[in-house]
Amino acid sequence: MTSTLIAKGVTKRFGGLVAVNNLDFEIPEKSISSIIGPNGAGKTTFFNCITGFYNPEEGTILFDGHEIQGLAPDRVTRLGASRTYQNIRLFANMTAIENVLVGQHPQMKNGFFDAVFRTPRFNREEKAAVEEARRLLRFVGLRGMGDTLARNLPYGAQRRLEIARALANKPKLLLLDEPTAGMNPNETGELTAFIRDLRDTLGITILLIEHDMRVVMGISEQITVLDYGSKIAEGKPTDIQSNPSVIEAYLGRGAASGLKSAKQTTKEPS
Amino acid sequence: MAVETLSKTKAPSAVPATMDFNWKTAGRIGFIGGILAVLVSVIGMVETFDGRDIIGGVISMGQTVVVALIFATAFMAADRSSKTSPLFHILGGGLSGLISAVMLALFVWVSQLVNLREIFVNVSPSLIAILTFDKELPAELSAAVIQLLLTGLVLGVVAGVLRAAPIKIRNIIFSGMLWVVAIGLLGELIRTLVTGRAIEDQVAWVLGGRLEKGLSVNGAVSIFIFASLLSFISQTFGARIGKEVQTRRAALPATTQRILNGVILLVVFLVLWQLPQYLGLYLSDVANTVGLYILMGLGLNIVVGFAGLLDLGYVAFFAIGAYVMGVATSSAVGDGRGQILFSLNWTFWEALPLAILVALFAGILLGIPVLKMRGDYLAIVTLGFGEIIRIMALSDYLKPNIGGAQGIVGIQPIILAGQNLSNPISLFHVVLIACVIVGFVAWRLRDSRVGRAWKAIREDEDVAAAMGINLVSTKLLAFGAGAAFSGLAGAIFASKLTSIQPGSFSFIVSINILALIIIGGMGSIPGVLVGALALVALPELLREFAEFRLLVYGVVLVMMMLYKPEGLLPEETHKAELHEDENIPAESHA
Repeated sequence: MTSTLIAKGVTKRFGGLVAVNNLDFEIPEKSISSIIGPNGAGKTTFFNCITGFYNPEEGTILFDGHEIQGLAPDRVTRLGASRTYQNIRLFANMTAIENVLVGQHPQMKNGFFDAVFRTPRFNREEKAAVEEARRLLRFVGLRGMGDTLARNLPYGAQRRLEIARALANKPKLLLLDEPTAGMNPNETGELTAFIRDLRDTLGITILLIEHDMRVVMGISEQITVLDYGSKIAEGKPTDIQSNPSVIEAYLGRGAASGLKSAKQTTKEPS
Repeated sequence: MAVETLSKTKAPSAVPATMDFNWKTAGRIGFIGGILAVLVSVIGMVETFDGRDIIGGVISMGQTVVVALIFATAFMAADRSSKTSPLFHILGGGLSGLISAVMLALFVWVSQLVNLREIFVNVSPSLIAILTFDKELPAELSAAVIQLLLTGLVLGVVAGVLRAAPIKIRNIIFSGMLWVVAIGLLGELIRTLVTGRAIEDQVAWVLGGRLEKGLSVNGAVSIFIFASLLSFISQTFGARIGKEVQTRRAALPATTQRILNGVILLVVFLVLWQLPQYLGLYLSDVANTVGLYILMGLGLNIVVGFAGLLDLGYVAFFAIGAYVMGVATSSAVGDGRGQILFSLNWTFWEALPLAILVALFAGILLGIPVLKMRGDYLAIVTLGFGEIIRIMALSDYLKPNIGGAQGIVGIQPIILAGQNLSNPISLFHVVLIACVIVGFVAWRLRDSRVGRAWKAIREDEDVAAAMGINLVSTKLLAFGAGAAFSGLAGAIFASKLTSIQPGSFSFIVSINILALIIIGGMGSIPGVLVGALALVALPELLREFAEFRLLVYGVVLVMMMLYKPEGLLPEETHKAELHEDENIPAESHA
């Protein structure tokens, strides 16, 4: 199996703080992988390194055969990596459909003069783009809400719109930063099914940051655990659940030994 | 939850209705109204505005300002002083009006005791005469004060009654009053427009004769009745008619709609084209100034409204356009002492593309160093850039080339096919065409990939970059396009005046353009037109305002931010998902 993303020895420092420490990381193609870890473990920082927001001091990140460390965010996006944000960052004063249209920006070619003179290329592209945007809105279940301003959408719809916007780029890799944050169990269940569906129908490789363990254990094929910027465990959900250093990172040293026996008896089927 | 509903239902019955009257609030608001009324008197506004009558011989604009302040605050007091009883609304309004009048009376009394003019130069006898109904002072002081108090009380009570009245009636009366004031203010303008035309006599019946000031009494009454009726009709049927028109229009096929829009725009254009014949020289000149501001407003709207890049030095590009036009076409760029240094003697049409191009490159050049800056920092740097350009134009260093403080004279007028187009009436057509072209480009850009990229940058720069938008090229395009439009305006400006000095390109021009965009509505193209009319045409027509322009700006901007922060004509959201040909159940519209 080939890998969509290969990170080798990625290190990101903020002054004296090492947010991501010599991280090796690999995402198999068309997999759903998760990064988990306590607050401040460096999960989002690593996301930002992949998407070009941060330039890592050391290491290489290979995405789809291209070295992307240090590239500007728009270049990384053009290579086919889209992301969503921990705290929703939609274009609040634009309509839902406009948000999705902005997502298609790299797919389109028309420029200043096309727009002023409405060239055939412009008309063709715009028509296709609006068509595609409508399709994406329907796909994420926002049919009929396209002309609503993004800020007026309900919370769950905003989350889904953010995913639709990310999908508009036709990404090979989709990075979701806590997609279920602030959702009730019902919505979380729906979204989990939706994410799995994305991979199955569109064949997109998905990388998640998630705190909801039910989601993580439910859909991930591979889980990577970070703590203080370093990888402390990696493997299948079942391996991670019983890994002592993971439990230690989450609950502290004392709890780890105490919980170990309890965990084995009440192991959930996942 | 239970406790909350309990207390809510209980509150009105537990507290008797008599306790609902909040006289402290009413008093406080009345006090504020009084202070405002005294303030506008002390700064000289009342006296300056007294020269223009709203209703001839009955009430002047100066008195209107005082009356409007007392009335508005009394209305507010009536609104805040009680939630339930109409009687308390009236009481609150009356109290507020009375207290405002007491403040004014105190002011009049003090002005009789002490010579306030030593500190406040505007407190002249004529001001006091205006405030005291032209009574003989000090002999009739007590009579004047009593009349003042009564007037305040009556005003307040009327405001209170209006507050207590149903909202429909209130709106009808308000719109009647507003129209009377508006037409009264513009009476002089309307009179000049109709002078010598067939309808002069009819207009004179409403507005008073040519030599009179303000409306005639029967004119004011008829305008009031007419406007009230209009308001009544629009309130009763307006919503229904509007909806009907909209649904009928939406039911038409897309091509028919487009043709309909085109026809409407064409008619508007033709009417505008004929306009200068009716306006005459002076008003055409005002219209041209408005047009130049619209051009600049459309340009700055791209930078600030679309792309969200706060540019406070926008006048720089206007100056660059004007100076390029000046240097290229001037018959004599002199050193200010009569010696001609050089002359290129280009025509307007040869210099115009150069002026636009130079401005465009200046825009891009300024854009490059500020690419990484946002918000306040960007504002400060652009402000500096605007000043640098102005000071460079003033400098001795560049004096041999662009004339220093004396500026450039002898700029070629606009000549097309042997006709001089630089007189106000012909220039109007040039400005109109320029506005149409620029407006068209701005409108086309708005609903395109580029326009969406600008808006995305305005909303969230980081996310825009993560959507694959190249920040560098997109921002530079915004700066360049905005600057080019401004350069065009500057080029026309130079040819219009045939001489330019650095003084015409001061910081206040940038502020004016920014203010007109804010008033019109950020990012809204029709908003630019409305903003330019409100901030450029009105002060130009109401000369009395010119002196208090900054004060009025400040008040208007604060009011806008409080009550209508999205602007007079806010940016419309472009409907793209639901098209008439698509049959989607409209659940979201419920």
